Amino acid sequence: MNRSITAPAPALSKAGRKGKLSYKTLRKLVPYLYVTPATLLLVLLMLFPMAMVLRYSLMDGAIMKRDAAFVGLQNYITIFQNPVFWQSLYQTLYFTVMSVVFHFVLGLAFAMLLNTNRVDPTIRSILRVLFILPWLFTAVIIAIIWRLLLDPNGVVNSVLMALHIIDFKVEWFSSTKTAIHALTFANIWAGYPLFMVSLLAGLQGISKELYEAAGIDGANEFQKFWHITIPQLMPIIISIALLDFIWTMQVFPLVWMTTGGGPIYATEMLSTFTYKLAFAQYEFSLASASAIVILLISMSVTYFYIKHQQRR
Amino acid sequence: MAKRSLKNSVLPTVLTYLGLAIGLVFAAFPIVWMFFSSLKSNTEIFALPPKLLPDDFTISAYLTIFNDPTKVRFFINSYFVAGVVTALTLFIAILTAYAFSRYSFRFKNTLNIFIISTQTVPPITLLIPYFGMVVAFRIFDTYLALILTYLVFTLPYAVLLMTGYLNTLPKELDEAVLVDGGSSWTALWRVIVPVSIPGIVATAVYTFLLAWNEFLFALTLTKSMDLRTVPIGIQLLMGQHAFEWNEMMAMSVLGSLPLLVLYLVAQRYFLAGMTAGSVKS
Repeated sequence: MNRSITAPAPALSKAGRKGKLSYKTLRKLVPYLYVTPATLLLVLLMLFPMAMVLRYSLMDGAIMKRDAAFVGLQNYITIFQNPVFWQSLYQTLYFTVMSVVFHFVLGLAFAMLLNTNRVDPTIRSILRVLFILPWLFTAVIIAIIWRLLLDPNGVVNSVLMALHIIDFKVEWFSSTKTAIHALTFANIWAGYPLFMVSLLAGLQGISKELYEAAGIDGANEFQKFWHITIPQLMPIIISIALLDFIWTMQVFPLVWMTTGGGPIYATEMLSTFTYKLAFAQYEFSLASASAIVILLISMSVTYFYIKHQQRR
Repeated sequence: MAKRSLKNSVLPTVLTYLGLAIGLVFAAFPIVWMFFSSLKSNTEIFALPPKLLPDDFTISAYLTIFNDPTKVRFFINSYFVAGVVTALTLFIAILTAYAFSRYSFRFKNTLNIFIISTQTVPPITLLIPYFGMVVAFRIFDTYLALILTYLVFTLPYAVLLMTGYLNTLPKELDEAVLVDGGSSWTALWRVIVPVSIPGIVATAVYTFLLAWNEFLFALTLTKSMDLRTVPIGIQLLMGQHAFEWNEMMAMSVLGSLPLLVLYLVAQRYFLAGMTAGSVKS
Protein backbone atom coordinates (compact mmCIF):
# COMPACT_ATOMS: atom_id res chain seq x y z
CA MET A 1 0.00 0.00 0.00
CA ASN A 2 2.71 2.44 0.99
CA ARG A 3 4.91 1.16 -1.79
CA SER A 4 2.77 2.77 -4.49
CA ILE A 5 2.44 6.03 -2.59
CA THR A 6 6.11 6.58 -2.10
CA ALA A 7 6.98 5.37 -5.58
CA PRO A 8 10.60 6.02 -6.52
CA ALA A 9 11.27 9.61 -7.42
CA PRO A 10 13.09 9.00 -10.76
CA ALA A 11 9.99 7.39 -12.26
CA LEU A 12 8.09 10.56 -11.57
CA SER A 13 10.58 13.04 -12.90
CA LYS A 14 9.14 12.61 -16.40
CA ALA A 15 5.55 12.70 -15.21
CA GLY A 16 5.24 16.44 -15.52
CA ARG A 17 3.96 19.09 -13.19
CA LYS A 18 0.60 17.61 -12.39
CA GLY A 19 2.03 14.22 -11.54
CA LYS A 20 4.68 15.80 -9.40
CA LEU A 21 2.08 17.76 -7.48
CA SER A 22 -0.06 14.75 -6.67
CA TYR A 23 3.07 12.81 -5.79
CA LYS A 24 3.92 15.54 -3.30
CA THR A 25 0.42 15.48 -1.86
CA LEU A 26 0.57 11.72 -1.59
CA ARG A 27 3.95 11.91 0.09
CA LYS A 28 2.44 14.13 2.72
CA LEU A 29 -0.07 11.40 3.47
CA VAL A 30 2.62 8.83 4.27
CA PRO A 31 3.05 9.66 7.98
CA TYR A 32 -0.72 9.59 8.43
CA LEU A 33 -0.85 6.12 6.95
CA TYR A 34 1.81 4.94 9.35
CA VAL A 35 -0.04 6.25 12.39
CA THR A 36 -3.49 5.10 11.23
CA PRO A 37 -3.56 1.63 12.83
CA ALA A 38 -2.51 2.89 16.26
CA THR A 39 -4.78 5.92 16.11
CA LEU A 40 -7.75 3.88 14.98
CA LEU A 41 -7.24 1.34 17.71
CA LEU A 42 -6.81 3.93 20.43
CA VAL A 43 -9.81 5.95 19.30
CA LEU A 44 -12.05 2.88 19.12
CA LEU A 45 -10.82 1.23 22.28
CA MET A 46 -9.85 4.25 24.36
CA LEU A 47 -11.72 7.43 23.43
CA PHE A 48 -14.97 5.72 22.52
CA PRO A 49 -15.12 3.64 25.75
CA MET A 50 -14.34 6.73 27.80
CA ALA A 51 -17.28 8.49 26.17
CA MET A 52 -19.38 5.41 26.94
CA VAL A 53 -18.43 5.27 30.61
CA LEU A 54 -19.20 8.97 30.92
CA ARG A 55 -22.61 8.35 29.37
CA TYR A 56 -23.25 5.34 31.65
CA SER A 57 -22.42 7.49 34.65
CA LEU A 58 -25.23 9.87 33.74
CA MET A 59 -27.81 7.12 33.29
CA ASP A 60 -29.90 5.02 35.59
CA GLY A 61 -29.30 1.27 35.29
CA ALA A 62 -26.77 1.31 32.43
CA ILE A 63 -26.10 -2.08 30.74
CA MET A 64 -28.74 -3.76 32.89
CA LYS A 65 -31.82 -1.89 31.65
CA ARG A 66 -32.78 -1.54 28.00
CA ASP A 67 -34.50 1.81 28.53
CA ALA A 68 -31.98 3.32 30.90
CA ALA A 69 -32.90 6.97 31.48
CA PHE A 70 -30.64 9.96 31.91
CA VAL A 71 -30.53 11.07 35.51
CA GLY A 72 -27.91 13.82 35.34
CA LEU A 73 -25.47 13.85 38.20
CA GLN A 74 -27.60 11.66 40.47
CA ASN A 75 -25.10 8.78 40.42
CA TYR A 76 -22.29 11.09 41.46
CA ILE A 77 -24.38 12.41 44.35
CA THR A 78 -25.13 8.84 45.46
CA ILE A 79 -21.43 7.96 45.31
CA PHE A 80 -20.39 11.07 47.22
CA GLN A 81 -22.94 10.31 49.93
CA ASN A 82 -21.48 6.84 50.42
CA PRO A 83 -19.02 6.87 53.35
CA VAL A 84 -17.28 3.77 51.93
CA PHE A 85 -16.34 5.82 48.86
CA TRP A 86 -14.61 8.42 51.03
CA GLN A 87 -12.93 5.71 53.08
CA SER A 88 -11.71 4.07 49.85
CA LEU A 89 -10.44 7.40 48.56
CA TYR A 90 -8.57 8.09 51.78
CA GLN A 91 -7.09 4.59 51.87
CA THR A 92 -6.10 4.74 48.21
CA LEU A 93 -4.27 8.02 48.85
CA TYR A 94 -2.55 6.64 51.96
CA PHE A 95 -1.50 3.48 50.12
CA THR A 96 -0.32 5.44 47.09
CA VAL A 97 1.59 8.19 48.88
CA MET A 98 3.34 5.76 51.24
CA SER A 99 4.20 3.49 48.31
CA VAL A 100 5.62 6.27 46.16
CA VAL A 101 7.64 7.77 49.04
CA PHE A 102 9.20 4.43 49.98
CA HIS A 103 9.71 3.40 46.35
CA PHE A 104 11.71 6.60 46.01
CA VAL A 105 13.67 6.21 49.25
CA LEU A 106 14.56 2.56 48.62
CA GLY A 107 15.12 3.13 44.91
CA LEU A 108 17.53 5.99 45.60
CA ALA A 109 19.33 4.11 48.39
CA PHE A 110 19.84 1.01 46.25
CA ALA A 111 20.79 3.05 43.19
CA MET A 112 23.43 4.93 45.17
CA LEU A 113 24.79 1.75 46.74
CA LEU A 114 25.01 0.16 43.31
CA ASN A 115 26.62 3.24 41.80
CA THR A 116 29.62 3.46 44.14
CA ASN A 117 32.96 2.23 42.87
CA ARG A 118 33.68 0.73 46.28
CA VAL A 119 32.00 -2.48 45.19
CA ASP A 120 33.48 -5.04 42.86
CA PRO A 121 31.97 -4.51 39.36
CA THR A 122 30.94 -8.16 38.95
CA ILE A 123 29.12 -8.20 42.28
CA ARG A 124 27.57 -4.90 41.33
CA SER A 125 26.10 -6.15 38.07
CA ILE A 126 24.81 -9.37 39.69
CA LEU A 127 23.18 -7.38 42.48
CA ARG A 128 21.64 -4.99 40.00
CA VAL A 129 19.85 -7.90 38.36
CA LEU A 130 18.76 -9.36 41.70
CA PHE A 131 17.47 -6.03 42.99
CA ILE A 132 15.20 -5.67 39.98
CA LEU A 133 13.59 -9.09 40.45
CA PRO A 134 10.55 -8.04 42.56
CA TRP A 135 9.43 -5.86 39.69
CA LEU A 136 9.16 -8.81 37.31
CA PHE A 137 6.57 -10.63 39.36
CA THR A 138 2.89 -10.60 38.57
CA ALA A 139 0.75 -8.81 41.14
CA VAL A 140 -1.15 -12.04 41.78
CA ILE A 141 2.08 -13.86 42.57
CA ILE A 142 3.30 -11.00 44.78
CA ALA A 143 0.00 -11.28 46.64
CA ILE A 144 0.43 -15.02 47.12
CA ILE A 145 4.05 -14.74 48.25
CA TRP A 146 3.13 -12.17 50.89
CA ARG A 147 0.11 -14.13 52.02
CA LEU A 148 2.44 -17.04 52.65
CA LEU A 149 5.10 -14.94 54.39
CA LEU A 150 2.60 -12.96 56.47
CA ASP A 151 0.38 -15.91 57.34
CA PRO A 152 -0.29 -16.02 61.10
CA ASN A 153 1.81 -19.21 61.15
CA GLY A 154 4.23 -17.87 58.57
CA VAL A 155 7.89 -17.11 58.66
CA VAL A 156 7.58 -13.36 59.37
CA ASN A 157 5.63 -13.95 62.58
CA SER A 158 8.05 -16.69 63.63
CA VAL A 159 11.06 -14.45 63.15
CA LEU A 160 9.44 -11.44 64.85
CA MET A 161 8.40 -13.60 67.80
CA ALA A 162 11.86 -15.11 68.09
CA LEU A 163 13.26 -11.58 68.21
CA HIS A 164 10.60 -10.62 70.80
CA ILE A 165 9.34 -7.78 68.61
CA ILE A 166 5.81 -9.17 68.83
CA ASP A 167 4.49 -11.59 71.44
CA PHE A 168 1.53 -13.10 69.62
CA LYS A 169 0.76 -14.23 66.10
CA VAL A 170 -0.34 -11.14 64.19
CA GLU A 171 -2.97 -11.74 61.51
CA TRP A 172 -1.44 -9.19 59.18
CA PHE A 173 -3.97 -9.35 56.35
CA SER A 174 -7.08 -10.12 58.40
CA SER A 175 -6.85 -7.52 61.13
CA THR A 176 -8.41 -4.13 60.42
CA LYS A 177 -5.45 -2.48 62.16
CA THR A 178 -2.64 -4.05 60.16
CA ALA A 179 -4.17 -5.02 56.79
CA ILE A 180 -3.55 -1.72 55.02
CA HIS A 181 0.02 -1.55 56.28
CA ALA A 182 0.74 -5.13 55.24
CA LEU A 183 -0.66 -4.37 51.83
CA THR A 184 1.37 -1.17 51.50
CA PHE A 185 4.51 -3.02 52.57
CA ALA A 186 3.98 -5.72 49.93
CA ASN A 187 3.51 -3.01 47.32
CA ILE A 188 6.63 -1.16 48.42
CA TRP A 189 8.56 -4.40 47.99
CA ALA A 190 7.13 -4.95 44.54
CA GLY A 191 7.55 -1.46 43.14
CA TYR A 192 10.84 0.16 44.13
CA PRO A 193 12.86 -1.19 41.14
CA LEU A 194 11.33 1.30 38.68
CA PHE A 195 12.78 4.15 40.73
CA MET A 196 16.02 2.26 41.24
CA VAL A 197 16.60 1.60 37.54
CA SER A 198 15.72 5.15 36.50
CA LEU A 199 17.77 6.79 39.25
CA LEU A 200 20.74 4.54 38.53
CA ALA A 201 20.66 5.69 34.91
CA GLY A 202 20.35 9.26 36.19
CA LEU A 203 23.30 8.89 38.58
CA GLN A 204 25.50 7.57 35.81
CA GLY A 205 24.63 10.65 33.78
CA ILE A 206 25.83 13.15 36.40
CA SER A 207 29.18 14.63 35.42
CA LYS A 208 32.05 13.64 37.76
CA GLU A 209 33.45 17.17 37.40
CA LEU A 210 30.58 18.55 39.45
CA TYR A 211 31.63 16.38 42.40
CA GLU A 212 35.31 17.17 41.90
CA ALA A 213 34.61 20.91 41.84
CA ALA A 214 32.54 20.61 45.00
CA GLY A 215 35.32 18.57 46.61
CA ILE A 216 37.81 21.33 45.86
CA ASP A 217 35.43 23.81 47.46
CA GLY A 218 35.52 21.64 50.57
CA ALA A 219 32.01 20.16 50.39
CA ASN A 220 31.45 17.01 52.48
CA GLU A 221 29.63 13.91 51.24
CA PHE A 222 26.26 15.06 52.55
CA GLN A 223 26.60 18.49 50.95
CA LYS A 224 27.52 16.88 47.65
CA PHE A 225 24.46 14.63 47.91
CA TRP A 226 22.14 17.48 48.82
CA HIS A 227 23.45 20.13 46.43
CA ILE A 228 24.49 18.04 43.42
CA THR A 229 22.95 14.56 43.40
CA ILE A 230 19.39 15.51 44.36
CA PRO A 231 19.06 18.58 42.09
CA GLN A 232 20.59 16.66 39.16
CA LEU A 233 18.14 13.79 39.66
CA MET A 234 15.13 16.03 40.25
CA PRO A 235 13.63 15.79 36.74
CA ILE A 236 13.74 11.98 36.90
CA ILE A 237 12.42 11.93 40.47
CA ILE A 238 9.43 14.07 39.48
CA SER A 239 8.62 12.05 36.33
CA ILE A 240 8.82 8.69 38.01
CA ALA A 241 7.02 9.85 41.15
CA LEU A 242 4.09 11.11 39.05
CA LEU A 243 3.93 7.94 36.94
CA ASP A 244 4.27 5.77 40.02
CA PHE A 245 1.51 7.75 41.74
CA ILE A 246 -0.85 7.22 38.80
CA TRP A 247 -0.12 3.50 38.48
CA THR A 248 -0.15 2.76 42.20
CA MET A 249 -3.47 4.53 42.56
CA GLN A 250 -4.96 2.05 40.08
CA VAL A 251 -3.92 -0.96 42.17
CA PHE A 252 -6.33 -3.84 41.84
CA PRO A 253 -4.95 -7.41 41.70
CA LEU A 254 -2.73 -7.04 44.77
CA VAL A 255 -5.67 -5.95 46.92
CA TRP A 256 -8.09 -8.36 45.31
CA MET A 257 -5.82 -11.32 45.99
CA THR A 258 -4.78 -10.47 49.54
CA THR A 259 -7.68 -8.86 51.36
CA GLY A 260 -10.34 -8.31 48.71
CA GLY A 261 -10.85 -4.87 50.26
CA GLY A 262 -11.53 -6.26 53.74
CA PRO A 263 -11.61 -6.94 56.59
CA ILE A 264 -14.86 -4.97 56.57
CA TYR A 265 -13.69 -2.01 54.42
CA ALA A 266 -10.22 -1.64 55.96
CA THR A 267 -8.35 -2.00 52.66
CA GLU A 268 -11.07 -0.97 50.22
CA MET A 269 -9.46 1.02 47.41
CA LEU A 270 -11.21 3.09 44.76
CA SER A 271 -10.56 0.31 42.24
CA THR A 272 -12.00 -2.51 44.37
CA PHE A 273 -14.90 -0.29 45.46
CA THR A 274 -15.71 0.39 41.79
CA TYR A 275 -15.23 -3.22 40.73
CA LYS A 276 -17.60 -4.48 43.40
CA LEU A 277 -20.24 -1.91 42.45
CA ALA A 278 -20.07 -3.12 38.85
CA PHE A 279 -19.48 -6.84 39.01
CA ALA A 280 -20.84 -7.86 42.41
CA GLN A 281 -23.82 -5.51 42.67
CA TYR A 282 -24.35 -4.91 38.91
CA GLU A 283 -24.73 -1.17 39.63
CA PHE A 284 -22.93 -0.25 36.41
CA SER A 285 -24.10 3.37 36.50
CA LEU A 286 -22.82 3.99 40.01
CA ALA A 287 -19.61 2.13 39.15
CA SER A 288 -19.21 4.33 36.06
CA ALA A 289 -19.55 7.47 38.15
CA SER A 290 -16.89 6.15 40.51
CA ALA A 291 -14.70 5.14 37.54
CA ILE A 292 -14.99 8.68 36.17
CA VAL A 293 -13.82 10.08 39.50
CA ILE A 294 -10.76 7.79 39.35
CA LEU A 295 -10.16 8.89 35.76
CA LEU A 296 -10.33 12.56 36.74
CA ILE A 297 -7.80 12.09 39.54
CA SER A 298 -5.52 10.19 37.15
CA MET A 299 -5.93 12.78 34.44
CA SER A 300 -5.10 15.69 36.70
CA VAL A 301 -1.84 14.01 37.74
CA THR A 302 -1.20 13.11 34.09
CA TYR A 303 -1.56 16.77 33.20
CA PHE A 304 1.35 17.65 35.50
CA TYR A 305 3.30 14.71 34.15
CA ILE A 306 2.95 15.85 30.54
CA LYS A 307 3.71 19.48 31.46
CA HIS A 308 6.82 18.27 33.22
CA GLN A 309 7.87 16.05 30.29
CA GLN A 310 7.45 18.85 27.77
CA ARG A 311 9.43 21.33 29.84
CA ARG A 312 12.43 19.02 29.77
CA MET B 1 47.05 10.17 59.88
CA ALA B 2 47.37 6.61 58.62
CA LYS B 3 44.57 5.52 60.90
CA ARG B 4 42.33 8.24 59.64
CA SER B 5 42.77 7.38 55.96
CA LEU B 6 42.20 3.72 56.75
CA LYS B 7 38.97 4.63 58.48
CA ASN B 8 37.98 6.80 55.54
CA SER B 9 38.43 4.05 53.00
CA VAL B 10 37.40 0.93 54.89
CA LEU B 11 34.38 2.10 56.81
CA PRO B 12 32.37 3.37 53.80
CA THR B 13 33.15 0.17 51.91
CA VAL B 14 31.99 -1.98 54.82
CA LEU B 15 28.84 0.11 55.17
CA THR B 16 28.17 -0.14 51.43
CA TYR B 17 28.44 -3.92 51.52
CA LEU B 18 26.27 -4.02 54.62
CA GLY B 19 23.63 -1.89 52.89
CA LEU B 20 23.75 -4.09 49.81
CA ALA B 21 23.45 -7.24 51.94
CA ILE B 22 20.36 -5.89 53.71
CA GLY B 23 18.95 -4.85 50.34
CA LEU B 24 19.61 -8.29 48.91
CA VAL B 25 17.76 -10.01 51.75
CA PHE B 26 14.86 -7.59 51.35
CA ALA B 27 14.67 -8.05 47.57
CA ALA B 28 15.40 -11.74 47.21
CA PHE B 29 14.21 -13.45 50.39
CA PRO B 30 10.50 -13.55 49.45
CA ILE B 31 11.38 -14.99 46.05
CA VAL B 32 13.74 -17.61 47.46
CA TRP B 33 11.12 -18.54 50.05
CA MET B 34 8.53 -18.98 47.33
CA PHE B 35 10.87 -21.19 45.33
CA PHE B 36 11.74 -23.52 48.20
CA SER B 37 8.15 -23.63 49.38
CA SER B 38 7.19 -25.02 45.99
CA LEU B 39 9.57 -27.93 46.69
CA LYS B 40 8.15 -28.69 50.11
CA SER B 41 5.35 -31.02 51.00
CA ASN B 42 2.26 -29.14 52.07
CA THR B 43 2.66 -30.19 55.71
CA GLU B 44 6.16 -28.77 55.80
CA ILE B 45 5.23 -25.28 54.61
CA PHE B 46 4.32 -23.96 58.05
CA ALA B 47 6.82 -26.10 59.98
CA LEU B 48 7.91 -24.67 63.31
CA PRO B 49 10.56 -23.38 63.55
CA PRO B 50 10.39 -22.29 59.89
CA LYS B 51 13.01 -23.79 57.59
CA LEU B 52 14.11 -22.32 54.30
CA LEU B 53 15.19 -25.64 52.78
CA PRO B 54 12.72 -28.52 52.77
CA ASP B 55 13.63 -31.69 54.69
CA ASP B 56 12.52 -33.75 51.71
CA PHE B 57 12.73 -32.10 48.35
CA THR B 58 9.66 -33.05 46.34
CA ILE B 59 8.49 -31.99 42.92
CA SER B 60 5.04 -33.42 43.54
CA ALA B 61 3.45 -29.96 43.37
CA TYR B 62 4.87 -29.49 39.87
CA LEU B 63 3.76 -32.95 38.79
CA THR B 64 0.23 -32.25 40.00
CA ILE B 65 0.14 -29.16 37.79
CA PHE B 66 1.63 -30.86 34.72
CA ASN B 67 -0.83 -33.74 35.05
CA ASP B 68 -3.85 -31.48 35.24
CA PRO B 69 -4.95 -30.46 31.71
CA THR B 70 -6.93 -27.50 33.10
CA LYS B 71 -3.82 -26.02 34.69
CA VAL B 72 -1.64 -26.70 31.65
CA ARG B 73 -4.28 -24.89 29.64
CA PHE B 74 -3.82 -21.74 31.78
CA PHE B 75 -0.22 -21.65 30.66
CA ILE B 76 -1.02 -22.31 27.00
CA ASN B 77 -3.56 -19.49 27.11
CA SER B 78 -1.13 -17.06 28.69
CA TYR B 79 1.61 -17.87 26.20
CA PHE B 80 -0.78 -17.60 23.28
CA VAL B 81 -2.43 -14.33 24.30
CA ALA B 82 0.82 -12.66 25.37
CA GLY B 83 2.55 -13.88 22.20
CA VAL B 84 -0.12 -12.60 19.82
CA VAL B 85 -0.41 -9.31 21.70
CA THR B 86 3.36 -8.84 21.57
CA ALA B 87 3.52 -9.49 17.82
CA LEU B 88 0.62 -7.17 16.99
CA THR B 89 1.83 -4.47 19.35
CA LEU B 90 5.31 -4.52 17.84
CA PHE B 91 4.02 -4.29 14.29
CA ILE B 92 1.69 -1.37 14.95
CA ALA B 93 4.16 0.38 17.26
CA ILE B 94 6.99 0.19 14.74
CA LEU B 95 4.83 1.85 12.09
CA THR B 96 3.72 4.58 14.48
CA ALA B 97 7.18 5.15 15.92
CA TYR B 98 8.62 5.43 12.41
CA ALA B 99 6.20 8.23 11.57
CA PHE B 100 6.93 9.98 14.88
CA SER B 101 10.65 9.70 14.45
CA ARG B 102 11.07 10.46 10.75
CA TYR B 103 8.21 12.76 9.72
CA SER B 104 6.75 15.99 10.90
CA PHE B 105 3.04 16.22 10.27
CA ARG B 106 0.01 18.06 11.57
CA PHE B 107 -1.46 16.65 14.78
CA LYS B 108 1.87 15.00 15.57
CA ASN B 109 2.15 16.75 18.92
CA THR B 110 -1.53 16.18 19.71
CA LEU B 111 -1.22 12.51 18.88
CA ASN B 112 1.93 12.24 20.95
CA ILE B 113 0.23 13.80 23.99
CA PHE B 114 -2.77 11.56 23.40
CA ILE B 115 -0.56 8.46 23.40
CA ILE B 116 1.32 9.56 26.52
CA SER B 117 -1.93 10.23 28.36
CA THR B 118 -3.43 6.88 27.37
CA GLN B 119 -0.62 5.30 29.42
CA THR B 120 -2.27 6.59 32.52
CA VAL B 121 -5.95 5.82 31.92
CA PRO B 122 -7.09 3.56 34.78
CA PRO B 123 -7.98 0.05 33.55
CA ILE B 124 -10.98 0.00 35.88
CA THR B 125 -12.43 3.01 34.00
CA LEU B 126 -12.17 1.16 30.69
CA LEU B 127 -13.35 -2.14 32.10
CA ILE B 128 -17.00 -1.16 32.46
CA PRO B 129 -17.50 0.00 28.85
CA TYR B 130 -15.34 -2.92 27.63
CA PHE B 131 -17.69 -5.29 29.37
CA GLY B 132 -20.63 -3.62 27.66
CA MET B 133 -18.88 -3.64 24.26
CA VAL B 134 -17.60 -7.20 24.51
CA VAL B 135 -21.08 -8.47 25.35
CA ALA B 136 -22.66 -6.34 22.59
CA PHE B 137 -20.19 -7.58 19.94
CA ARG B 138 -20.62 -11.16 21.17
CA ILE B 139 -16.94 -11.66 21.89
CA PHE B 140 -17.35 -12.19 25.63
CA ASP B 141 -15.22 -15.10 26.77
CA THR B 142 -13.00 -15.23 23.66
CA TYR B 143 -9.29 -14.76 23.00
CA LEU B 144 -10.21 -11.83 20.75
CA ALA B 145 -11.68 -9.87 23.68
CA LEU B 146 -8.43 -10.25 25.60
CA ILE B 147 -6.13 -9.53 22.66
CA LEU B 148 -7.98 -6.36 21.64
CA THR B 149 -8.21 -4.94 25.14
CA TYR B 150 -4.57 -5.80 25.94
CA LEU B 151 -3.40 -3.95 22.82
CA VAL B 152 -4.82 -0.74 24.24
CA PHE B 153 -2.49 -0.67 27.21
CA THR B 154 0.57 -2.28 25.59
CA LEU B 155 0.57 -0.05 22.52
CA PRO B 156 1.27 3.35 24.17
CA TYR B 157 4.39 2.03 25.93
CA ALA B 158 5.58 0.26 22.83
CA VAL B 159 5.17 3.40 20.70
CA LEU B 160 7.07 5.55 23.20
CA LEU B 161 9.86 3.02 23.65
CA MET B 162 10.24 2.47 19.90
CA THR B 163 10.10 6.19 19.10
CA GLY B 164 12.81 6.78 21.69
CA TYR B 165 14.91 4.08 20.10
CA LEU B 166 14.39 5.17 16.48
CA ASN B 167 15.30 8.73 17.44
CA THR B 168 18.77 7.50 18.34
CA LEU B 169 19.34 6.17 14.81
CA PRO B 170 20.85 8.58 12.27
CA LYS B 171 18.44 9.79 9.57
CA GLU B 172 21.09 9.12 6.92
CA LEU B 173 20.27 5.41 7.25
CA ASP B 174 16.83 5.59 5.67
CA GLU B 175 17.66 8.62 3.55
CA ALA B 176 20.20 6.46 1.71
CA VAL B 177 17.40 4.08 0.73
CA LEU B 178 15.12 6.92 -0.33
CA VAL B 179 17.84 8.49 -2.46
CA ASP B 180 18.36 5.14 -4.17
CA GLY B 181 14.70 5.25 -5.14
CA GLY B 182 13.38 2.91 -2.46
CA SER B 183 10.15 3.67 -0.66
CA SER B 184 9.94 4.59 3.01
CA TRP B 185 8.31 1.20 3.52
CA THR B 186 11.42 -0.51 2.20
CA ALA B 187 13.64 1.77 4.26
CA LEU B 188 11.70 0.89 7.38
CA TRP B 189 11.68 -2.90 7.02
CA ARG B 190 14.99 -3.43 5.23
CA VAL B 191 17.18 -0.90 7.02
CA ILE B 192 15.61 0.54 10.14
CA VAL B 193 14.08 -2.61 11.64
CA PRO B 194 17.24 -4.76 11.31
CA VAL B 195 19.35 -2.18 13.14
CA SER B 196 16.65 -1.61 15.77
CA ILE B 197 16.76 -5.15 17.16
CA PRO B 198 17.90 -4.00 20.64
CA GLY B 199 15.00 -1.56 20.88
CA ILE B 200 12.57 -4.11 19.48
CA VAL B 201 13.73 -6.77 21.94
CA ALA B 202 13.31 -4.36 24.87
CA THR B 203 9.85 -3.37 23.67
CA ALA B 204 8.87 -6.99 23.07
CA VAL B 205 9.97 -8.08 26.53
CA TYR B 206 8.11 -5.24 28.19
CA THR B 207 4.97 -5.83 26.11
CA PHE B 208 5.06 -9.54 26.90
CA LEU B 209 5.45 -8.72 30.60
CA LEU B 210 2.44 -6.40 30.56
CA ALA B 211 0.28 -8.90 28.71
CA TRP B 212 1.42 -11.88 30.79
CA ASN B 213 0.69 -10.04 34.05
CA GLU B 214 -2.71 -8.63 33.13
CA PHE B 215 -5.38 -9.54 35.65
CA LEU B 216 -8.42 -7.27 35.64
CA PHE B 217 -9.55 -7.75 32.04
CA ALA B 218 -8.85 -11.48 32.08
CA LEU B 219 -10.85 -11.81 35.27
CA THR B 220 -13.86 -9.99 33.89
CA LEU B 221 -13.93 -10.60 30.14
CA THR B 222 -13.48 -14.38 30.20
CA LYS B 223 -15.48 -16.98 32.06
CA SER B 224 -14.75 -20.53 30.91
CA MET B 225 -11.81 -22.49 32.30
CA ASP B 226 -10.57 -23.04 28.73
CA LEU B 227 -9.77 -19.33 28.37
CA ARG B 228 -8.38 -18.47 31.77
CA THR B 229 -4.81 -17.17 31.94
CA VAL B 230 -2.17 -17.96 34.58
CA PRO B 231 -2.93 -15.07 36.98
CA ILE B 232 -6.61 -16.02 37.01
CA GLY B 233 -5.65 -19.69 37.31
CA ILE B 234 -3.67 -18.92 40.45
CA GLN B 235 -6.59 -16.97 41.84
CA LEU B 236 -8.94 -19.90 41.17
CA LEU B 237 -6.48 -22.30 42.77
CA MET B 238 -6.48 -20.07 45.82
CA GLY B 239 -10.24 -20.16 46.04
CA GLN B 240 -10.59 -23.88 45.41
CA HIS B 241 -8.05 -25.40 47.74
CA ALA B 242 -7.02 -22.60 50.03
CA PHE B 243 -4.42 -24.74 51.72
CA GLU B 244 -2.52 -26.24 48.78
CA TRP B 245 0.30 -23.79 49.34
CA ASN B 246 3.01 -25.85 47.66
CA GLU B 247 0.92 -26.13 44.52
CA MET B 248 0.22 -22.39 44.48
CA MET B 249 3.92 -21.69 44.93
CA ALA B 250 4.80 -24.10 42.11
CA MET B 251 2.23 -22.38 39.91
CA SER B 252 3.78 -19.01 40.85
CA VAL B 253 7.27 -20.23 40.01
CA LEU B 254 6.08 -21.52 36.64
CA GLY B 255 4.12 -18.32 36.10
CA SER B 256 7.20 -16.18 36.75
CA LEU B 257 9.57 -18.32 34.74
CA PRO B 258 8.99 -16.88 31.25
CA LEU B 259 9.46 -13.35 32.53
CA LEU B 260 12.64 -14.24 34.42
CA VAL B 261 14.08 -16.03 31.40
CA LEU B 262 13.13 -13.22 29.00
CA TYR B 263 14.52 -10.65 31.39
CA LEU B 264 17.83 -12.44 31.92
CA VAL B 265 18.28 -13.06 28.21
CA ALA B 266 17.39 -9.54 27.16
CA GLN B 267 18.62 -7.78 30.29
CA ARG B 268 21.00 -5.38 28.63
CA TYR B 269 18.54 -4.33 25.93
CA PHE B 270 15.72 -4.20 28.40
CA LEU B 271 17.35 -1.81 30.85
CA ALA B 272 18.62 0.47 28.11
CA GLY B 273 15.23 0.49 26.41
CA MET B 274 13.31 0.98 29.64
CA THR B 275 15.39 3.89 30.81
CA ALA B 276 15.26 5.46 27.36
CA GLY B 277 11.48 5.18 27.47
CA SER B 278 10.74 6.09 31.05
CA VAL B 279 13.37 8.74 31.56
CA LYS B 280 13.46 10.49 28.24
CA SER B 281 10.04 9.72 26.75
